[in-house]
Amino acid sequence: MKSDSSLNQLSSLTSSPSEIERGEFILNVDGLVTCLNNGARIVDDISFRIKQGETFALLGESGCGKSMTALSLMRLLPDGIRVASGDIKLEEEDILALPEYAMRKIRGGQMAMIFQEPGLSLNPVMTVGDQIAEVLTLHQPMRSKEVHLRCIELLEQVGISDAPRRASEYPFQLSGGMKQRVMIAMAMAGQPKLLIADEPTTALDVTIQAQVLKLLRDTQQKTGMALLLITHDLGVVAQMAHQVGVMYAGQIIEQASRDQLFARPAHPYTQKLFAALPDAGRSGQPLAAIPGNVPPLGAPRIACRFAPRCDKAWALCHEQVPEWTQLENGQGVRCHLYTSQKGSEKLNLETSRFFDSSTANGVGEEGKGAALLQVENLQVHFPIRKGILQRTVGHVKAVDGVSINIPEGRTLALVGESGCGKTTVGKALLQLITPTAGSVRFAGYELMGMSAKQLRKHRAGMQMIFQDPYASLNPKMRVAEILQEGMDALSIAKNSDERQRRIDELLEQVGLEKASKWRYPHEFSGGQRQRIAIARVLAVNPNLLICDEPTSALDVSVQAQILNLLKSLQQQLKLSYLFISHNLAVVEYLAHEVYVMYLGRIVERGTVQEVLHAPRHPYTQALLSAVPRIDGQGMKIIRLPGETPSPSHPPQGCHFHTRCAQAMAECREVYPSETIISATHRVHCYLAAK
Amino acid sequence: MPVILWTDAMIYLLLATVVAAALWIRKRPHLALPWQRVAKSSVGMVSLLLLSLFVLVGLIDTMHYRVALPEKSNGQTVYSVEVLSVFDAFAQGIKSRTEKTYSAPLAAYLYAKESMETLEGKIRRDYPRLRYGGAHLADPQRELLGDVLKRTGIGALEGLLIGVLLIVVSNMLFHFFVKLRAVWSSTGLEISKDNWISTFTRAMKNKPLRALLITALLIAMLLGITVNLAAVYHVLGTDKVGQDVLYLALKSIRTGLVIGTVTTLVMLPFALLFGIAAGYLRGWVDDAIQYLYTVLSSIPSVLLIAAAVLMMQVYIEMHPEWFETSAARADLRLLFLCLILGVTSWTGLCRLLRGETLKLRELEYIQAAQAFGVSSSRILTRHIVPNVMHIVLIAVVMDFSSLVLAEAVLSYVGVGVDPSTMSFGTLINSARLEMGREPMVWWTLAAAFGFMLVLVLAANLFADAVRDAFDPRLNRA
Repeated sequence: MKSDSSLNQLSSLTSSPSEIERGEFILNVDGLVTCLNNGARIVDDISFRIKQGETFALLGESGCGKSMTALSLMRLLPDGIRVASGDIKLEEEDILALPEYAMRKIRGGQMAMIFQEPGLSLNPVMTVGDQIAEVLTLHQPMRSKEVHLRCIELLEQVGISDAPRRASEYPFQLSGGMKQRVMIAMAMAGQPKLLIADEPTTALDVTIQAQVLKLLRDTQQKTGMALLLITHDLGVVAQMAHQVGVMYAGQIIEQASRDQLFARPAHPYTQKLFAALPDAGRSGQPLAAIPGNVPPLGAPRIACRFAPRCDKAWALCHEQVPEWTQLENGQGVRCHLYTSQKGSEKLNLETSRFFDSSTANGVGEEGKGAALLQVENLQVHFPIRKGILQRTVGHVKAVDGVSINIPEGRTLALVGESGCGKTTVGKALLQLITPTAGSVRFAGYELMGMSAKQLRKHRAGMQMIFQDPYASLNPKMRVAEILQEGMDALSIAKNSDERQRRIDELLEQVGLEKASKWRYPHEFSGGQRQRIAIARVLAVNPNLLICDEPTSALDVSVQAQILNLLKSLQQQLKLSYLFISHNLAVVEYLAHEVYVMYLGRIVERGTVQEVLHAPRHPYTQALLSAVPRIDGQGMKIIRLPGETPSPSHPPQGCHFHTRCAQAMAECREVYPSETIISATHRVHCYLAAK
Repeated sequence: MPVILWTDAMIYLLLATVVAAALWIRKRPHLALPWQRVAKSSVGMVSLLLLSLFVLVGLIDTMHYRVALPEKSNGQTVYSVEVLSVFDAFAQGIKSRTEKTYSAPLAAYLYAKESMETLEGKIRRDYPRLRYGGAHLADPQRELLGDVLKRTGIGALEGLLIGVLLIVVSNMLFHFFVKLRAVWSSTGLEISKDNWISTFTRAMKNKPLRALLITALLIAMLLGITVNLAAVYHVLGTDKVGQDVLYLALKSIRTGLVIGTVTTLVMLPFALLFGIAAGYLRGWVDDAIQYLYTVLSSIPSVLLIAAAVLMMQVYIEMHPEWFETSAARADLRLLFLCLILGVTSWTGLCRLLRGETLKLRELEYIQAAQAFGVSSSRILTRHIVPNVMHIVLIAVVMDFSSLVLAEAVLSYVGVGVDPSTMSFGTLINSARLEMGREPMVWWTLAAAFGFMLVLVLAANLFADAVRDAFDPRLNRA
């Protein structure tokens, strides 16, 4: 394992995804324009081609028109949106000219689609087998016995064990990863020539994501279908794509082969996108955040759309739409830098700077402060009740003996897959969920067992930033009222003048205009909302912020802005963070210490260096290897079989032994005790103990 | 002597609250903003116009008084036992012109044959002439149609003229006020030199104002026609005892509005308080409230209401000394009906609000408030209530129509409003026999149907416009 490489570091690409022979162009999209009925262009003049057996990735942030492109191909656009002009050819078939009944044959038969949320794309009242059979009988005349056999065959192909039993189960009996496999099986049932995958793994955990991506690659290798992959994740692109189209505000602004793109991104936006990715190599310095937001749909098209956010823009960029330019190496780009005289001059200055990605390591500043939060053996058990009398028949051990220690001014990251109890830990610390047992000492006071009245005095010290900025702000309250709420509840400022002054100050601190305090949350973008949420907690002068996946709902470029803000606030206000995340790259950038959680318990903890670069627990190793890296496959993927077990019936012995490749006999009997590896690095594993 | 009945007091209270709320909102631009959006919606404004006509009739009908009788006893004025309303005074004409029995709309003859003595002394069975309807016509068989058409035309023209006149006058007034304001606020704003015509043309460029104008003119024409015809005909016919159905229907509006609004006022606190308390607090509070409404909604509500109304009726009859007039007694019965309907009808909305609160309490902004140590009551009022208001608004308007219908059903069973109170329910109830009769008497039901339809539809459309205006997600800048 390379111990010095950081998760998202840019380095030369070594291997490429599955090299299989690629044949003719299957899909040919030329000048596709999709617009709203009022004329606003959502997809603006897009052209690309996909060969047989090739994966073409459409990369872009939310709202840039990726999904609308896919729906235009399938002719499944929602009401009020239509294809205005352009040409879509699947083999020799002109998709846009087909009547609807012929189109129904194409969908599923020639061209299939899988969606982001597997839970929503399966009918909850039909068995999985019936749903696949429905697709099968639509496209091939088959007898029912054949259909059943083929169903099971398909389920086996997508790696579902015990396929005959699973075929007669309902979607709610399957886990998220399995549902997505079923979706793939359904898509494969019609033996399509082109598979459109719209963010197929965004809703899944990294270990499951790795499984699904591998399945997609294997399926493609077997059948030789073309894959149109829509994603916002550069890591997924690096693993999967042969060709990449970068979309911005409805246009493809750059198109290149994967190797070219990752070696030398041409468009300033793509370059910025790479630079905005957090990793340890940059943890000392602020991330190269792209200022501003993605422009709204149908914005005027008189200039380069990226010009307002581009630091290389000059007068021409604000006046003229850049033309599509083909570079010598086949890379295509839509930018004035490559067409005009002035552009090429600027380009020569800039290119050299892009590649010296500094490796200065900023985590170094040690000097631990006094312990701010000490958690001992925290337990949160939810009772399972059954029967008329609601007797407790068992417990879901969401958090089962977690001990955490956060010093002042430091960031501690809690990582783990969904359902491992990390959010519950955060809420239990704030006493939003009453812990079952344990001790929470905050700034010297024991919070457990404190009455609500006493607790209120200590509320100000510890606050939470939530995951979804759309759900964390009351839509009926204006920004000023939102910010004032905490001050009122904890009587922070004396009179209303002082409060208003404080609100202005807070808005400035998080980088919003003063005027925005009289507006409602829905008038802000996701990133701005998260800033408001941060201002809200800062209003009560906390010492510790519990950040529950604060950037997972945001785009990469906006994520960088928020991470920069959090980092600068930490330096200014000497805040401590408990950073709950599943995104290891973000953790690596921001955190000092990392705790890895599995099924309610901490399995490994230590400094960032120790845990992320020399992991000792097999789970941490698997987690790290499952993260798609933008440098291709940096390390061998350790595939974790199966899914996380239910916390109501954790496995006997080490919780992880059911999925661990190195499990031994003793792992199945007793939970391993803590093994001290260094002063800061501890792990619960028999392997490390040896 | 003015008389204030119980329901009058409730209506005045409601009116005062609405006016106070309007004044309070006026001063706060962020609260006034959604209402300005309502003003920009054509459907909202047109339905508001219709609704305010109904409310106007209801309000005029609410101002009750007793007439002083001419004779005096011991120097003190004696008042008539009959309680009249200002509306009765306006509608004196159609109120007093009662026929013998049924007559069709705009008819000159009775709807039933009678034995009549002819000049020659023979007994003939025929339709007799009405006492008032079309009495001015010499030969109704020939002249009726022409007369009706003529009066319709004249009425429409008069209505149109009055409508136009009103609009011109109000436009001039508006223009005058705008100018006045411009003079007052001497902030150097250029005082508009344009005359009132340009104010008008500018206003006409505004779509909702245009729709409003057209509706107002149509209504003015309709009113003109009705007034013109009602002077000599029974526009909607007469009922069994010869009362003018138009008068009955107009009097029913107040009863409908009282049932709809007062019941809602009674029901809303129960539903809102119990619903959000159950959803937010969970635990034993939730259990108790759930059991309460499950029990309440499993009792047939008609049974419960019948029992309560009958008990109350007996109680009232045992204490006749409490009531000076029969109107006061009928009114108390109406009020009790509202109370009982309110107490039995909160369960549906309560269940809806509990479900919504269960959803809301898991949202992160509620948890953020909890993390600040905000008290439960404050979370309920600041976070939960504003976010369930859209459900309340819609449910209340939907309930309004079903309550008016419930009153009809209860009157049918005999436990509704006092038989002397005119209501859509009693109108529909009387239609029960009329529809079964041959030839059929259709106009009572048609009148009740038409009035209820317009009232409920206007209320629904207005509530829809209000809901849309208050939804921040639909009103992105």
